Amino acid sequence: MASAFSSRAIPVATGVATIVGAFAALEGLLRAGVINRFVVPLPSEVLASFGRIVAEEDVLERTRETAYEVFVAGFFTILIGVPIGAALYRWRPLRDALEDWIAAVAAAPLVLAFPLFLVMFGRSPTTVIVMSAITGLAPMILKTTEGFAATRPVLMNVGKSLKMTDGQMFWKILFPSALPLIFTGVRLSWTFVLISVVGVEFLINLGGLGQLINELAERYDLPGTYAAITFVVAVSVVFFVALERLESWLQPRR
Amino acid sequence: MAATQKIGRKSATATTSWGAKRRVSPRATNAIRLGFALGAMALWEGVSRSGLLLHDVVPSLVDIVAAMGRLLVNPAFYANLEITAWEVAASLAVGAAAGIFAGIALGANKFLSRAYEPYVYYLAPTPRIIFFPVMIMWFGVGVASKIALGALSCFFTVALSTAAGMRGIDPVLIRVGKTFRATPWQMAVKIQLPAMRAPVLNGVRLGLGTAVITALLAETKLSNQGLGFMTMQIYSHFDMASLYGLLAIVFLLAGAGNMLIGRLTLGAGRGASFES
Repeated sequence: MASAFSSRAIPVATGVATIVGAFAALEGLLRAGVINRFVVPLPSEVLASFGRIVAEEDVLERTRETAYEVFVAGFFTILIGVPIGAALYRWRPLRDALEDWIAAVAAAPLVLAFPLFLVMFGRSPTTVIVMSAITGLAPMILKTTEGFAATRPVLMNVGKSLKMTDGQMFWKILFPSALPLIFTGVRLSWTFVLISVVGVEFLINLGGLGQLINELAERYDLPGTYAAITFVVAVSVVFFVALERLESWLQPRR
Repeated sequence: MAATQKIGRKSATATTSWGAKRRVSPRATNAIRLGFALGAMALWEGVSRSGLLLHDVVPSLVDIVAAMGRLLVNPAFYANLEITAWEVAASLAVGAAAGIFAGIALGANKFLSRAYEPYVYYLAPTPRIIFFPVMIMWFGVGVASKIALGALSCFFTVALSTAAGMRGIDPVLIRVGKTFRATPWQMAVKIQLPAMRAPVLNGVRLGLGTAVITALLAETKLSNQGLGFMTMQIYSHFDMASLYGLLAIVFLLAGAGNMLIGRLTLGAGRGASFES
């Protein structure tokens, strides 16, 4: 028991110690003048500026704005992606024809089309939401189709032997069986959505956390910029961990 | 009672159309694709000519194809393409090399994996474009900052994929190497790298996608060359047909690059299974 604990605790402590040590070394190099302080701020200054950006830059309101855009765009990926995924599973020829195209869309640099969306929807949160929803749609569709296709044949046969209707088959067998993989799609798609929302906010200098980084960088507020980037990274990690926990909670127990 | 009979009758006659179905022939698949593409084009052209939306926002396909033609004979397009291709290639070379190195270290050593892999894993899905201001401060506003950002983007994908590939190597192959008293270098070159080339190439393929996106976005934000810069130039002139044309060309080029590495990955996968 103790050795199992130490075999996990020692590597974790090593990881944390490495990061703390790296920041301490950076602080020392900066103070010694080996690294230019006009390029990299002191880690202690970055740490101190967290309080300042929370108080002066309205970080909580900006986080709320970004969260709102993520949830609305994410909601639309589910609303549009799940029915399309189900349709692709239902009509096999359509799936054979379009699945590769949808996978190609997932890998395409869609976010580069932001000027088009600026023309269509103006410089507004709608642009951020529509662009991000489109970015997150492909993984949602693909994972939904995969989830339905992974339904065990024995369950389908039980449904057929009970002479279930299409609706009963879908709601009683297919959908519950596909739910874990659909949620994997939600996790992937919402991760894409978060990346896109923050990215577009940064690029068009609008809205929440992405705009905050842009503004601080334009003011050449180095500690503030680094603190804001760290904050956004922390928010992304928390968001990702929460989605991952929800997903594992939905997975069938083995 | 009547309700029970009704449900019973309904159930007795009901059949389901859900369930596994066979793949259709490639010819039928291509026909559906063609029909879908033609339908989408007809819908686009119809909306463009209907006047429902501003003609400048949804230009005619004829205008878009003509604009694509103009772009393809424009020397400036090739000059910008060359810059972007160089940025992406350099990003991929730096990011993939660092990612493979880190992935091998994490995959081969359980201690290192437990100490550092969670950081790589949880930093991988963060929005990389937000690091652009830092890259500008470190590497300037030129090509180097785009290469650095692209390399940072593809590092995480390649590292995680390589680490997973390293852990997935058949233990029998490792035992065979040890039986032959292979040196660490021989183990790496003759056994480990060939055995995990499929996941490594898959990581490189995904890394290429993120490097392309990041380099292009960085060019749209602050640059005076490259296809991202060209996109913003065209946008500032409100030449929508050319904007659609350029985006179509960029998507096609990115798709072709992705497909090329995808083919290599498939080939590597087949090779690995044949050898094993």
